[in-house]
Amino acid sequence: MASHATTAPETHGHPALQHHFENMEQQREAGTLGMWVFLVTEIMFFGGMFLAYTLYRSLYPAAFASASNHLDITLGAVNTIVLIFSSFTMAMAVYFTQTGKHRPQVLCLIITLVLGLTFLGIKAKEYSDKYHDHLIPGRLIPGNPYNPVVAEHGDTDPHKLHLIEGATVKQVEMFYWIYFAMTGMHALHMIIGAGLLTYLIIFSLRLRFDPEYHSPVEVIGLYWHFVDIVWIFLFPLLYLLGRHLEHG
Amino acid sequence: MSEHIVPVRIYLTIFAVLLVGTLLTVWAAFQDFPWQLNTIVAMTIAITKATFVVLYFMHVRYSMRLVWVILTSALFWMGIMFALTFSDYWTRDWIKVGY
Repeated sequence: MASHATTAPETHGHPALQHHFENMEQQREAGTLGMWVFLVTEIMFFGGMFLAYTLYRSLYPAAFASASNHLDITLGAVNTIVLIFSSFTMAMAVYFTQTGKHRPQVLCLIITLVLGLTFLGIKAKEYSDKYHDHLIPGRLIPGNPYNPVVAEHGDTDPHKLHLIEGATVKQVEMFYWIYFAMTGMHALHMIIGAGLLTYLIIFSLRLRFDPEYHSPVEVIGLYWHFVDIVWIFLFPLLYLLGRHLEHG
Repeated sequence: MSEHIVPVRIYLTIFAVLLVGTLLTVWAAFQDFPWQLNTIVAMTIAITKATFVVLYFMHVRYSMRLVWVILTSALFWMGIMFALTFSDYWTRDWIKVGY
């Protein structure tokens, strides 16, 4: 195919085209495909934790409902909306890159990053609340082991653990292991995503992306939406599962 | 350029659907549905939201067939992981051995 390269159509002249691809479209599709293969490994990775969640929830339904009711539903819902909004601005960033609108593209990327950091800030507030209520499982934090105060019947103190009949403090600890593992891994993905967005913003400002070449924006967008989808499942599974039992 | 560009109108629609889905799932969580319906409703809403994100925000609806194959194979293998694990855990009480 060497002779073919010399009589190439003009898209071959794009500076971002690597020598082992025929044209920009093939290069872009190869990148997208590679990202999807990576996302499959991510699906299986989070899938294992969803499996653990399902198993222990089926073993300790009352404890999971009690522990879930202790989480702050307002902060969880606000974070869901923040993340959905950031997914929308990420999609718009891809759109503006595809259509060659540079300023809105950079603006959308910056908004996405700010929303991602907002999510992490709210998450940090929740983690600190759990720390003060002694709900960090095991001895993850030296000097502050898992030791929640159990509420007596009729006590409405939100900082105490309100156990539904059949639940034990030890079983609730299992919920918090899974809660911190899943939200912690999700938060780590958000931190990595924030780093990737920072890279995108810097390279966008240097005019590296155009309608012909924007695989990094597209591929990091896929990653960002995937992390959003994980949260779409985490929110009802962790925050909402026992709400209908709260006043029963 | 054969790349499909999703119009802004569709992005806005999906965004609205996701917001409505979030409010709906919070509302549904406080309703005391019979049996396991609370979980089923919550998961149905979550799967619907995720499907919209995958199809439109992630462009899978307009992507090459190979992306479909890769994605469905992932979901298929996750299904195997769940099915085999719970075919063990959830049936251990069915026969009493060693008692």
